[in-house]
Amino acid sequence: MTENKDANEKKVSGNQEEVDLSKRQFIKTAGMTTGGIVGGILLGSFISKPFKTEKYEPASGDNHHHGSGTHNTFTEAMQFFTRSEDLLTLAAATEIIFPEDENGPGAIALGAPYYIDKQLASPWGKNTDDYRKRPFLEGESPLNRGDTMLTGLRKLNEVSQSKHKDIFDNLEEEVQIEILQSFEAGEIEMNLVSSAGFFTLLRQLTLEGCYADPLYGGNKDMEGWKMREFPGAYMSYVDTVEANEFVKKEPMSLSDHM
Amino acid sequence: MAKKLDKVDVVTVGVGWMGGIVAAELTKAGYKVVGLDKGKEKDIKDYLHTHDEVRYPVRGEGYEKLTNETYTVRNTLDEDARPIRDKSTAVIGEGIGGGGSHWGAQTHRYYPYDFEIRSKTIEKYGEDKIPENMTLQDWGITYDELEPYYDKFEKMGGISGEPDPNYPERSDDYPTPPLKKNRQMLLFEEAVKKMGYSPFVIPSGTLSEQYTNPDGETLNACQYCGFCGSNYCEYGAKADPVMTVIPTAQKTGNFELRTHARVVRVLHENGKASGVLYEDTRTGQEFEQPADLVVLTSYVFNNVRLLLLSEIGTPYNPEDGTGVIGKNFTDHHGVTSSHGLFDNEKFNNYISTGAYGMAITDYTGDLLDHHDLDFLHGGQIEARITGNAPVANNIVPEGTPQWGKEFKEKSLFYANRFLMIFSQKATLPYQDHYLDLDPTYTDANGDPLIRITWDYSDNDRAIHEFIQEKHVEILEEMGATHILPYPMPEHFTGGLAFQHNSGGAIMGDDLETSAVNSYLQTWDIDNLFVCGASAFPHFSCTNPTTTAAALTYRATEGMIEFLKNGGQLVEAKSQKSQV
Repeated sequence: MTENKDANEKKVSGNQEEVDLSKRQFIKTAGMTTGGIVGGILLGSFISKPFKTEKYEPASGDNHHHGSGTHNTFTEAMQFFTRSEDLLTLAAATEIIFPEDENGPGAIALGAPYYIDKQLASPWGKNTDDYRKRPFLEGESPLNRGDTMLTGLRKLNEVSQSKHKDIFDNLEEEVQIEILQSFEAGEIEMNLVSSAGFFTLLRQLTLEGCYADPLYGGNKDMEGWKMREFPGAYMSYVDTVEANEFVKKEPMSLSDHM
Repeated sequence: MAKKLDKVDVVTVGVGWMGGIVAAELTKAGYKVVGLDKGKEKDIKDYLHTHDEVRYPVRGEGYEKLTNETYTVRNTLDEDARPIRDKSTAVIGEGIGGGGSHWGAQTHRYYPYDFEIRSKTIEKYGEDKIPENMTLQDWGITYDELEPYYDKFEKMGGISGEPDPNYPERSDDYPTPPLKKNRQMLLFEEAVKKMGYSPFVIPSGTLSEQYTNPDGETLNACQYCGFCGSNYCEYGAKADPVMTVIPTAQKTGNFELRTHARVVRVLHENGKASGVLYEDTRTGQEFEQPADLVVLTSYVFNNVRLLLLSEIGTPYNPEDGTGVIGKNFTDHHGVTSSHGLFDNEKFNNYISTGAYGMAITDYTGDLLDHHDLDFLHGGQIEARITGNAPVANNIVPEGTPQWGKEFKEKSLFYANRFLMIFSQKATLPYQDHYLDLDPTYTDANGDPLIRITWDYSDNDRAIHEFIQEKHVEILEEMGATHILPYPMPEHFTGGLAFQHNSGGAIMGDDLETSAVNSYLQTWDIDNLFVCGASAFPHFSCTNPTTTAAALTYRATEGMIEFLKNGGQLVEAKSQKSQV
């Protein structure tokens, strides 16, 4: 997903960041619609969203952006994140964890970044059902899940900038993998939470965003389930249980029961 | 100021399996029972849309919130305990039905050896076979005495199964036939029979066919839907207190169920319980519920915590092994599991139930000779079809990364090509494994939390080594192309994968070494009974509910006897005869 880079895109620094990123998204999207090598059409639909180049959409007509897919994307906006750059970093990291390949879509096309945004905005993201009483002992993090993700994502960019002079999203895939490995191994010093703790949460949320029932905003069109031939929310397999061969079933989601 | 309510015959603290059984049996006998549960009410209408991996197994929709209270854990006496903070890692059933609403419903009985484990071990191997710090005890009851109550539980729950050829004849068949065998089970069966074992279909509280129990409650046939062990059953095909004993109690007209009612103390004076103090969790209003008989029927942690908070019985002292409340805590985690991957097979892995598979018991209890082994007891070996819910089941060959391109490719390929061999092991008690009140952490009212001091023992590790070799042999015989024998974790972290804890208010025949008699009546207070796995002096290989429920069925006969005639139901041994 990081191929379409040129010198202009990489000029990202200081308070020019937003503007340049927007340009970059535009270029990426344009590249995609003209048959560029950005990874897949749904990727275009994602990356055009957090960084709209035109501030106002026409009131009527198609609400989709350049090159977007066929989904209704009214729910693709930020509930938890406040800086679109955090969502961009998250998207890049999820795509490394669960990349698009010949089997099918990756985390971005499956909607995992927006799934994660919604989860972090939920009571679960604020740990409201958890025991939060102090003291937090050594090895325990006092941060809630939302703050853990924010801290970790900003650290990803900080490490990217200091070691590779660019934001995480702009780095080559191999470099992104290396950085995530160092987080996973707990090698990155972070405040109030370990980098391994952040990575565990990031990986878990990414898989959830690819495989949860689509009601939560990920696993778009049940494409995550289709890749692994998981039928989803069926109510009965009593007729199939004794089958000797694999029985492929078209998936069904909870919305089919409403 | 607590509002004092009218006295009733019986009050239960918690309305899950144990509370439901007590309520059903005592109300049928004509007693007025009030059931207090700190959670919410639920019925089958709440169960219809639960095929949701994230909401149920991953986030733990059916588990108790930890907002107000949790438990703390440390491995050794000299460590500071830390609280379990994440709700999804504390698998304690929420609301009426408790864990019995979302359990996997694996329903083995315990073995004759279990109930007389100390005597039988000494008889065969001599006292030196028992490690000095292992506080192994007989249960004060024999298998034969408990057998009719196993049968009673199985008939109430409609349990589906077939006999285990290794263990004594049952007084009656399981009420319903075993679940259907799928391809994976047939593969396992063929392999282990060739190896000389005697496999049987795991007995299960998800029912193979529709069944009406002796109380007139009907359960339906399991649909193998794959959303079971952390989910409620939308078909009413799982033995669940909400589908069985609770409605049975309600039909008598003698049962009053109060939800959002969190008991904070057992009230007692001069060796007699007068009732319980509870609060409405929504308003904070306190109530005093007087009763002739008080029955603790909540989870292990809460049963023991209420005894300690209410200053009933002598708290256990791990330094010298004296006292009883908190003693012989055991936990079932650190299970031994191994995955087999089958490159040339493709299973319908999405089809499963909560306890679906076959088992062999050749390495349980004292069926194997322990003279030359460095452990006691053992583990059951199960081929388990656990479902392949996609967030949690991403099984990849050894050496594969846990994320990225290769991970994705392999986890997709093996999604329908894995099988698990699984062993729960007997966990035996030790002098320094126990429950007490935490010195630091409190609940929302300022009462101390329960603290676990526990870790995996040498006995656990020795069984693990022994039994995992058998896993590998079986998977090889089955033709697995990759075998993944997972190591035991270094230490117990306190996170729960299932609701299997026991001890802390253990049964026995000696009041100096046990908290309750064989009727689960406390030695200290005649009109206080403590039901559940808190009564187990050790943890046998398999799931606790069946044995806890059988003990509770027997206890209800004692409760009725007590309500008629009073007094202690069992004469205690007056001196230390064990340990």
